[in-house]
Amino acid sequence: MRTIKFILQKEFLQIFRNKAMLPILFVMPVVQLLVLSFAATYELKEASFSLIDYDQSSLSRELTAQFQATGYFSLEHETFENKDALKELEEGNVNMIMTIPENFSRNFSQGKAVSVQMLIDAVDGTKAGMIQSYGSAIIQDFNKNHSRDIQLTSQVNSQVAGNPMVQINLVPANWYNPDLDYVTFMVPGILVVLVSMIGLFLSGMNIVREQEIGTIEQLNVTPIKKIHFITGKIVPFWVIGMIDLVIGLLLARYGFHIPFLGSLTLILMVAGLYLIVIQALGLFISTVTGTQQQAMFIAWFIIVVFILMGGLFTPIESMPGWAQDLTLANPVAWFIKVMRMVLLKGAGWQEIQHMVWVLTGMGILFYGVAINRYKKTS
Amino acid sequence: MNAFKGFVIKEFRQIYRDKRTLVVLIGMPVIMMILFGFAIRNEIQNAEIAVLDLSKDSMTEELIQRIASNPSFKITAYLQSYSEVEPLFQQGNVKAVLIFDHRFEQNMISYLSADVQMVTDATDPNMARLLQGYASGIIRDFSKDLAPESSVGAAGLTADIRMMYNPELRSVNLFVPGLIAVILMLISALMTSISITREKEMGNMEILLVSPLKPYQIIIGKVIPYLVLSLINVCTILILAIFIFEVPFEGSYVLFFAESILFILTALSLGVFISAVANNQQTAMMVSLAGLLLPTVLLSGFIFPVSSMPYPLQIFSHIIPAKWFLIIVRSIMLKGGGISILWFQTTILVGITLLFMGLSMKKFNVRLQ
Repeated sequence: MRTIKFILQKEFLQIFRNKAMLPILFVMPVVQLLVLSFAATYELKEASFSLIDYDQSSLSRELTAQFQATGYFSLEHETFENKDALKELEEGNVNMIMTIPENFSRNFSQGKAVSVQMLIDAVDGTKAGMIQSYGSAIIQDFNKNHSRDIQLTSQVNSQVAGNPMVQINLVPANWYNPDLDYVTFMVPGILVVLVSMIGLFLSGMNIVREQEIGTIEQLNVTPIKKIHFITGKIVPFWVIGMIDLVIGLLLARYGFHIPFLGSLTLILMVAGLYLIVIQALGLFISTVTGTQQQAMFIAWFIIVVFILMGGLFTPIESMPGWAQDLTLANPVAWFIKVMRMVLLKGAGWQEIQHMVWVLTGMGILFYGVAINRYKKTS
Repeated sequence: MNAFKGFVIKEFRQIYRDKRTLVVLIGMPVIMMILFGFAIRNEIQNAEIAVLDLSKDSMTEELIQRIASNPSFKITAYLQSYSEVEPLFQQGNVKAVLIFDHRFEQNMISYLSADVQMVTDATDPNMARLLQGYASGIIRDFSKDLAPESSVGAAGLTADIRMMYNPELRSVNLFVPGLIAVILMLISALMTSISITREKEMGNMEILLVSPLKPYQIIIGKVIPYLVLSLINVCTILILAIFIFEVPFEGSYVLFFAESILFILTALSLGVFISAVANNQQTAMMVSLAGLLLPTVLLSGFIFPVSSMPYPLQIFSHIIPAKWFLIIVRSIMLKGGGISILWFQTTILVGITLLFMGLSMKKFNVRLQ
């Protein structure tokens, strides 16, 4: 026991002696949580468009006004020349060209089918998708607002046809996040990423550093056991990771007003386990690499893959089947899922226990391999 | 000059001697491309949904059939009562529940109109919104089909939407430029910053400094091997993108490579700057991780559009080199944009590069304490 105490003391000293690391360990995660949570959003904010209105009627102006009134679209440029509008689109000054055809107003009030053309710059496909869905929603609203005018004509028409027009409406209800607020969704996931980085990089790197500088041989000739050594490397960064997580959770609760529906104790328990898993992975990396450069590079690679395949930014459900299967081996994906389920949906032990077992399994596996590979003799 | 040549050769040897890293350096972009080319996408397929049909009439059955046959949805559960919805969402696999209440058929007959409720698990707001969009599309088509052609099923305003430059909205087309940026940042900035701090930490820097080499020669010598490696990677990514993912390439290859080299230089100058500031590899790594990798992924428009961000962040994104590089590459590849359109972004990249080169020149200590 005494040995462990001294080793821990040494490790903590070593970490806190490096003054440049302290802000990185404690300030950087906070800044990142703040910045990234706001950055990661799929809500459309401002799309500029160029208008070609061949109709010039009050109805076409109403449609344009309705686009602008939502606050999502701003009219940047108006012309009668297709060429001008295309040039604006090509130079990236506008995101969309809306063309309202001639006789738009007349045909619409007669109950005929009319269409406006929307040419969307899809170079930024995510934004294009949003413009598409927001734009169609506005057009649906427009139809709804004028449904009486259309219906009157439609009644006449359907009586002629002798067949009534049926209507099925979709009534949406959004549970757990009725305002469809993106920040609420992102914050728990970004917390996971920050904690993973601390866990994966620092603990693994630490051992490689001793190897590279050569101090590991000094440690190897001391009577401390393998297990003591590894514990000494793991515990300090585990503590730091947990502190970061708690700071992050406090920010999430009081800064972002994320609802904490589930039990906080459960979150902390799973987080503790998760950190051990991630650190074990870091340890494993450190045993297969010889220099910090190699270790960092591999760790970077792994974390990029884990994050992008973790369901943080793009849903796992939209990946092809084999990629979805691959995410089963991704601890980041599991922990993100747990965080979201517990914090946002109030899931309890019942719902998440199988994920906890998976994480435990991964932890045991990584440790087993890492301890096996770490040798005291060089 | 001879000393410099020798030094560059030494640096190359040092990198190419380490076969393991080399394999990772060359292989990683390939794996990333293949993984993300297929896996990162925003369209949703086979979303698991459940159905609660209290009406159980021929029309609801037909509609459910229609939804089940749509590739976006996969019906995995048929519920009997409302109380089953909550536990299902808690388990987390089912993303939405379609509810037909027991008056559905009756309403249909008496009012010619009925409601379908769609309850979504909106913890993921984007997915909830997409699923609603898909479902309302299916339902709209369904009611249209119920009405005969001559009736007003076709009335009203529709949008004729065309996606310019990327008509199928293929995710790969968008992610390739982003991936190039991420990988170049990783190799150029991270690897250089670490390899220079490594010399400091190991004490080799003193040996280099007392050698007849000038400090700038040391830096250039350190940087050249990574420049070569980065270029090799740009080529592999480009080949994969064009031949495997069939990403269109409208613009000029010369311009593309010139801009890539410019961006590599930007990344290298950032790496050199970090190594001038950081004293050991751990610090260098954490700084480049937090200051370069995450912003490159998140604030550049790689995944999330910059224009959706809050205003202060949009301003902040202007200083992220990857943002400008992304605009340039997307424009070259998809729009066929030339330098006449891209001169502004290019100038900014040149500016950032010069700034950081200057800063690192100033910061780089010729003496060690």
